[in-house]
Amino acid sequence: MRPLTDEETKIMFEKLAKYIGEGIKDLIDRPDGVYCFRLHKERVYYVAEDIMLKATNVCRENLISLGVCFGKFTKTRKFRLHVTALDYLAPYSKYKVWVKPSAEQTFLYGNHIMKAGLGRITDNTPKYQGVVVYSMADVPLGFGVAAKSTAECRKSDPMTIIAFHQADVGEYLRNEDSLT
Amino acid sequence: MGRNQRDPDRVVRGPGPKSRRQKDLAMPKNYDITEEQEPNKKISSRAKVRAKKRDLKKQLLTSLVEAKAEKKVGLTFANSILETFEEADKIEEEDEIKEEETLQLLSDDDSDDMPDDEFDLDDDDDHVEAEIRDRVIGEMRGEDHEDDSSDDEGEDGELPIERKTKQVLQKRSQLSKLVSGDCNDNSAQNLRSHAYLFDKSYSHRAVKENNIQTNIAETETFVLPSGQEIEKENTLLFKNHIHQRIKDVVAVLSDFGNKRDPERTRKDYVNVLRKDLCTYYSYNDFLLSKFMDMFPLTELIAFLEANEVNRPITIRTNTLKTKRRDLAQALISRGVNLDPLAKWTKVGLVVYESPVPIGATPEYLAGHYMIQGASSFVPVMALAPQPGERVLDMCAAPGGKTTYIAQLMKNSGFIFVNDINKARLKAVVGNMHRMGVSNSVISNYDARSFPTIMGNFSRVLLDAPCSGTGVISKDPSVKTSKDDSDITKCSHLQKELILAAIDSCNAQAQNGGYIVYCTCSVMVEENEEVVNYALKKRNVKLVQTGLEFGVEGFCKYRQYRFHPSLKQTRRFYPHSHNMDGFFVAKFKKFSNKIPSSDDVKEKQEVKETVTDESASDAADPSTSTDQDTEDKTSKKRPKESDDNPTPVKKAKTNKKKQGKKKSKISETKKEISEEKRREKKS
Repeated sequence: MRPLTDEETKIMFEKLAKYIGEGIKDLIDRPDGVYCFRLHKERVYYVAEDIMLKATNVCRENLISLGVCFGKFTKTRKFRLHVTALDYLAPYSKYKVWVKPSAEQTFLYGNHIMKAGLGRITDNTPKYQGVVVYSMADVPLGFGVAAKSTAECRKSDPMTIIAFHQADVGEYLRNEDSLT
Repeated sequence: MGRNQRDPDRVVRGPGPKSRRQKDLAMPKNYDITEEQEPNKKISSRAKVRAKKRDLKKQLLTSLVEAKAEKKVGLTFANSILETFEEADKIEEEDEIKEEETLQLLSDDDSDDMPDDEFDLDDDDDHVEAEIRDRVIGEMRGEDHEDDSSDDEGEDGELPIERKTKQVLQKRSQLSKLVSGDCNDNSAQNLRSHAYLFDKSYSHRAVKENNIQTNIAETETFVLPSGQEIEKENTLLFKNHIHQRIKDVVAVLSDFGNKRDPERTRKDYVNVLRKDLCTYYSYNDFLLSKFMDMFPLTELIAFLEANEVNRPITIRTNTLKTKRRDLAQALISRGVNLDPLAKWTKVGLVVYESPVPIGATPEYLAGHYMIQGASSFVPVMALAPQPGERVLDMCAAPGGKTTYIAQLMKNSGFIFVNDINKARLKAVVGNMHRMGVSNSVISNYDARSFPTIMGNFSRVLLDAPCSGTGVISKDPSVKTSKDDSDITKCSHLQKELILAAIDSCNAQAQNGGYIVYCTCSVMVEENEEVVNYALKKRNVKLVQTGLEFGVEGFCKYRQYRFHPSLKQTRRFYPHSHNMDGFFVAKFKKFSNKIPSSDDVKEKQEVKETVTDESASDAADPSTSTDQDTEDKTSKKRPKESDDNPTPVKKAKTNKKKQGKKKSKISETKKEISEEKRREKKS
């Protein structure tokens, strides 16, 4: 376990900023404690400092996880955000997409969102903006990238993709192994 | 009617030149009826022979028709054979095969004039019918079969029908040879032979029926079957028989004085019952004997029945993300039929039926609830972790109890989650993330090494690996795979684990110092015995679990005598609580000191008489005082604490040096093995 280097921090924050913008500050400067990011086996964990100190007792091979895993660095040093970070992206997300009940299942299976399944979308969403996907009951289902801006969405026909899938909660069942 | 009729000038035209039409039937000369009516026609010698054969055949046909009409009396061979075939059970297989062969031969020959699909044994009658029908129709038309088929004359001037007749007669004689040894066409003879077959098939069945009848008749004085009969009873047919016998024996044993058979001892009845239960519920003898020791008879049956059925699916609301009411509403709108679980829990729901898979709803994936057995709620409720505490969960996979602990602590404080199995830890990680737990550290250690990695916890939960005899409904293989060595191994492991758990706990922790030990087993060796062992070895005492339901644990059981405070432990059974079999015990640690062998002796029950020993901890390895053998479970072992001053090496760890504790761990391991050796000797 080690803290992130500057490079890695930069890469990660850039990725996060796509989804939550200025919300990164809120992640770090929390009123209820000091939180930090740590890297362990190429995965980035978001954890309170006192808990992190306790985890130093555990050997490297035996430590499986601490706090919340946000994502991992790939072999080419790109940062990939996992669905496990959803709980921290959702409250701070600026641009949201709501999905109709009929299209919930298909998104949870890993498919992209079509215009036919789109319930609502926040205004002025730029194209290729990171968005968090919600169900109509305001339950966060995952996140993705907007394929079309809001204006374009209105004009497009029902079978066009309006949001690319990046991660969804169905992965807890589908890819349980890849979480660790 | 119609347009065509209304037109009077309509010219009726015949078929056009291109229409193809079958020519009118032109009766050939031979079919003329008038010929037969000529009395003065000259008949050649050949014709006379043919006429004779014709008459013979007529006779045969008429007899077959009669036979068909009077089916009961087995006149003709084919019919009677068919009867016995239908009625005989498939017990006398050799006879059957013979019958089949010959009948096949019979039916095969009828295929000459008959279409292919009438090969069947059972269609023998149909053959006859068809023949008769044809003949009748032929007569009406004025046909003469035999003459017509003069075109088909085979060798020796035989007509096909004549050939058939020959073959029928041949087969008949063959079959009668087979059965009765006589080459005879006499139908009475045949009847006798059939009766023989008939009897053979019937006799066996009759004997069996008689047996069963006599058994049923003797309900007043129940007669135990002999050993041989018991061995025969492995077929499905006898399942009901066994079930009935189980009921009978239970009835006798419950009123033994009156209902017993004076020649048989109680032991005989119990043995029969044990064997029957083993067969009926598919248990191995060891496990069933254990259950018979533990439960009275009616409860035993109820317990075994409950193990055949699954417990209802229960879910636990994740209060970190939602409320029970909202979750119930959301699930009901998906069509799930559910109810609050019980009055002792505010977060449990029981699912009766669900059109959608309950483990795959968007609410589940969003972490609003966890599928968990009702018995798993209990140890966490007993542990009652408070926000801000340090909690250790030693055997956490798959993470249901851990997430419950986290939700009770409201994501504050610190949870240390551990399991020995790396593959199952993935499930733990998945569940923790899904439920939104952020205050945890997940590690992969052997839990016995615990106080060396980290100690000073205020609460510890130990859900020890066990033999699984309480969750037979989830895993029926337990019924046959467990034996004495499995239970002993589990028990040994649990004793080591509980000592590690107690050592990891800090008695001085504010509002803390609690250890909860639980297993999903009903065996006394894994539950009360382990708890008793912990009470002797460490400065802990049992406290109330805080649960107002459940059965009290045993204080004495067969040859075991436990500390009286074991009344405060709780047992749960599938048949009485509709939960998986479970055991929960809550300890409070009142001192961090680890007692040496002297102190252990002092903590034992008051009624034991103890030999005096020197109070000092000075090494005296040769002394091994034996106690009174009143209490077999508390054997004295030689002092070893000072014999092994060097700490045991542990590779690959950078833990803080707790030298004293290390030696204690090695000591505990040695203690346990020594005790085992002594117990085996006794």
